[in-house]
Amino acid sequence: MPWTEVAVDRAIKRLSSADKNAGGRVLSYREALREALHQALKRDPRVFIMGEGVDDPLGIFGSTVGLHREFPGGRVFDTPIAENGLTGFAVGAALAGMRPVLVHMRMDFLPLSFDQIINHASKLCYMSGGRVHVPLVIRAIIGRGWGSAAQHSQSLQALFMHMPGIKVVVPSSAYDAKGLLLSSIADDNPVIVIEHRWLYDIKGGVPAKEYIIPIGKGVIRRPGRSATVLAVSLMVSEAMEAAKKLKEDGIDVEIIDPRSLVPFDWEIVVDSVKKTGRLVIADLGWRSGGAAEIILGRIHNKIRGYLKADVQIVALPDTPTPSCQRLERAFYRGSEDIVKAVKKTYGLHKR
Amino acid sequence: MARQVKDRDLIQIYETMLRIRLFEERVIHLYPGEEIRTPVHLCVGQEAIAAGVCHNLLKGDYLFTNHRCHGHCLAKGMSMSSIMAELYGKRTGCCKGKGGSMHLSDPDKYILATSAIVGGNIPMAVGAGLALKFRKGRNISVVFFGDGAVDEGAFYESLNFAALKKLPVLFVCENNFYATNSPQWARQPLDNIFKKGEIFGIKGFRCDGNDAAETFKTSKKLIEKIRNGSGPYLMECRTYRWKGHVGPDCDFEKGCRPKYELETWLKKCPVMRLEAKLLKKGLLTGAKIEKIRRRIRQKIARSEVFAKRSRFPAAGEVYADVYWKG
Repeated sequence: MPWTEVAVDRAIKRLSSADKNAGGRVLSYREALREALHQALKRDPRVFIMGEGVDDPLGIFGSTVGLHREFPGGRVFDTPIAENGLTGFAVGAALAGMRPVLVHMRMDFLPLSFDQIINHASKLCYMSGGRVHVPLVIRAIIGRGWGSAAQHSQSLQALFMHMPGIKVVVPSSAYDAKGLLLSSIADDNPVIVIEHRWLYDIKGGVPAKEYIIPIGKGVIRRPGRSATVLAVSLMVSEAMEAAKKLKEDGIDVEIIDPRSLVPFDWEIVVDSVKKTGRLVIADLGWRSGGAAEIILGRIHNKIRGYLKADVQIVALPDTPTPSCQRLERAFYRGSEDIVKAVKKTYGLHKR
Repeated sequence: MARQVKDRDLIQIYETMLRIRLFEERVIHLYPGEEIRTPVHLCVGQEAIAAGVCHNLLKGDYLFTNHRCHGHCLAKGMSMSSIMAELYGKRTGCCKGKGGSMHLSDPDKYILATSAIVGGNIPMAVGAGLALKFRKGRNISVVFFGDGAVDEGAFYESLNFAALKKLPVLFVCENNFYATNSPQWARQPLDNIFKKGEIFGIKGFRCDGNDAAETFKTSKKLIEKIRNGSGPYLMECRTYRWKGHVGPDCDFEKGCRPKYELETWLKKCPVMRLEAKLLKKGLLTGAKIEKIRRRIRQKIARSEVFAKRSRFPAAGEVYADVYWKG
């Protein structure tokens, strides 16, 4: 099969050194995504890319730009604005042996396709007793800021963590953007790739060769001894920022990036908490029933004996996203909230 | 209509219809025994559509059907034993006991996925058509759905895209005039399902869904065009289901439908109609029919034995197949 000889990421050693070992080659997150798509289209004739605007001059914030010219024959095509139908077309094509990549400029458009994702893509393998499978990738981008408001800013990862049969990846670096997108396309199951619009300009080491990152393996972004911060997607960079501030107070934070939410690398978090005795989970979604609560619910029994303080969650308040800047500032969570949460595990911060 | 239907085709279609009818009747007989523990949506009365359309299909043509799927799957050549075993929930069933009556599928017969969400199968059929177009063959994708699915947005989204990309898809609406218990007139302003593709440039044809020769001829013409790259077509086949929406009973006694309506349609029985035609033409005799029936009954009996003797899946199987492992 075209995907068997792709190199597997060595960062499985679990330190984020992979980014630095890219031979001095630096790409932005958007360029890394585009390179992954380019290499997938080139490697595997079954791969095609569909979505609203994938072949327009802006090319999904630059991540698909020009691919339709390099791969003619309808392999990169614009679509009607019909998200549920589109998802069904992709599911049907995947069942029939293709490897579609369906792109949504905003994650907020995914609820329109829930019938095909929840009732079909995620279940068909099981319903058929494992006789068919759906190698489908759905890319969804979380927006934020500039008054994007309630329908262009949602982080809906928790909804996809709830249903069995789907994988959910959350690349937070340029290196991961390429490696996780390639491993998602190579995967034989439906995978939702959640990207954050604010990550598109970040830069990092990205090897030119094709490589895949095993889905379900987390990575330690910053080793530390005194508190563990599990951070999802954009929250990884917020946590890095927080770690700098906390260092001034003598708190040495370990930052874990799970890289994928389903399957989830429980072990890397448990191992870290055994060492630090403190855990803060920072997610982009809402608090209630969000990714942080789901993770905490599953992990609590495994870490209870090691905890020196209650686990803290940094997540959005349970309100829709407001538009104006002032309310946005009150709504979003960032490095300062992580600092406060970590300090709270030391009893240093009072609300 | 282009050419005459060949006698041999008619006899084969008749046998397929009879196979479906006798299978469904046997399910009705067995159902009260509560060994079949899965909701059955029976297609008694609608056999001419599955049999007529599928007679034109090649092995490599994809078929997508819905909760009322027994007939289509039998007509596409699925093994009766694997279907029966699935109804019995056994591990020898086509879905290893994980799908049940509403999700019969068999990738070896190009039946990839069967959806019980009304209209959910239509986009998937279009997607399979897209895959076929990428591969540039002569195969097509056929999707069967009821008049209820025509209410769904997915239907229109699918027509639009199939027409836009000129995909090799045949849309077959089995209009039995009811979505569960809601009559078509309570859901749709006009009785014109076959015209609903026109705004997308998809030509539609209406035919008597209880006349197997007609469903066969109409679909044959359209399928030939689709194989030659015409793009999609829509067929509306008007028919009637004899049983309730779900289960082995009828539903007029509960007041769901007027009795005279059922009685009118019982007189238009698709199996008897074709049988009468074949007898009149001298293509079949009473003795031959009896022989065919006996053969089918034996086959059904064998499938029952197979299903009953097969084992249930082990409890640990509940965790398998969530993800595909290759």
